[in-house]
Amino acid sequence: MCVAVPGKVIEINQRQGKVSFGSTIIDIDLGLVNVNVGDFVLVHAGCAIEVMQKEHAEEILALYAELEEVLND
Amino acid sequence: MISLQEILEKLKTYDGRKLKIMEVCGTHTAAIFKNGIRDLISPNITLLSGPGCPVCVTSAAYIDRAIALAKTPQHVVLTFGDMLKVTGSTQSFSEAKADGAKVEMMYSPFEALEKAKAHPENTYVLAAVGFETTAPVYARLLSRAIDEGIKNIKLLTDLKTITPALDWISHISPSIDGYICPGHTAVITGTTAYSQLAKKHHRPFVVTGFEGEHILVAIYDIVCQIQSGKAQLHNLYQNAVHVNGNQEAKALLEKYFDVAPAFWRGIGSIDQTGLFLKEQYAEFDAGKVISVQENKSCACGSVMLGQISPNECPMFGTACTPTHPQGACMVSFEGACGIWYRNRR
Ligand code: SF4
Repeated sequence: MCVAVPGKVIEINQRQGKVSFGSTIIDIDLGLVNVNVGDFVLVHAGCAIEVMQKEHAEEILALYAELEEVLND
Repeated sequence: MISLQEILEKLKTYDGRKLKIMEVCGTHTAAIFKNGIRDLISPNITLLSGPGCPVCVTSAAYIDRAIALAKTPQHVVLTFGDMLKVTGSTQSFSEAKADGAKVEMMYSPFEALEKAKAHPENTYVLAAVGFETTAPVYARLLSRAIDEGIKNIKLLTDLKTITPALDWISHISPSIDGYICPGHTAVITGTTAYSQLAKKHHRPFVVTGFEGEHILVAIYDIVCQIQSGKAQLHNLYQNAVHVNGNQEAKALLEKYFDVAPAFWRGIGSIDQTGLFLKEQYAEFDAGKVISVQENKSCACGSVMLGQISPNECPMFGTACTPTHPQGACMVSFEGACGIWYRNRR
């Protein structure tokens, strides 16, 4: 139930907007985030709950870098 | 930089003391099965499924109350799909619907806004169930309803916070050696609360994403921490989780909700874990539900506290199956018993 999926903001209309998930475009509430068109957001139950910092591939690489960092400190 | 291959090798050959690691979130439990993670790690590492499925911990009394509202003239109850099959004391939403109760499935609470505008004669009651991830969505719904002057929307709240529940679990189940934290609640709460838990209970808490890789890395991190005597919060989901979480969401939660004890199905009441609408928003409140412990023979509570695995419950797969569930953990798609049942061999 707490699943959240990343999508790309393609249109902003005040605190709502359109987010694309592949070829599907859905109206999403943007009231919890500060976003620009082109940003990736994490969407849960029709609401963007956070802006994603990096794209997926970069994220997996960053994961190992983070691990390295946390295990060495 | 260590590779996934080396991590897998180390987890497979781990021969240190037996460890119990709890994955708190139902979405993690599902990902662990999907990726066959139990087969990839040493038998000395046991993964336990925690209480992180909001549907599973919603009481029968709550379902009963929601159904009663759905049977009230001019009332429509809106719910997420995964609640439909959960039974109250006599019926589930699906059964009540077949009986004429007005229950509609929603994908997003915001659907209520259009419905409420189109049908001012109806009151739309949202079965507002969920953790920190979902609660701010309901707060946004209220903001928008208030802005748009919509008055025929009400919340029947059973919103819970998982972080204080983990504090309680760490206290009563000290044999759990480390925690894979629920990533999507951490998006909202931030990591500070988890760092405090790590310090207080001297256990590693690792926030991570939902791919197999994320989970393996989190397990490896916990094992390494334990081996080197550390007990820290590590955030491996920095893509979405920040130290302070989503401030906007937290401010909205504070604006609309008071914190009070909540009832967890199968477990009982846990202090500080419930979010209830503040007095000044009473016109949006569909009422409070008083819950009591039911079906004592269902061991959901012990499963969710990491004391047993679902297959250790005497009813698992015999008296209790997804078609004849005895407990909510078997009903919900993210319930530990249901996930174990669907993936049993
Ligand atoms: S198998 Fe069924 S009865 Fe046993 S703990 Fe799980 S839900 Fe409860």
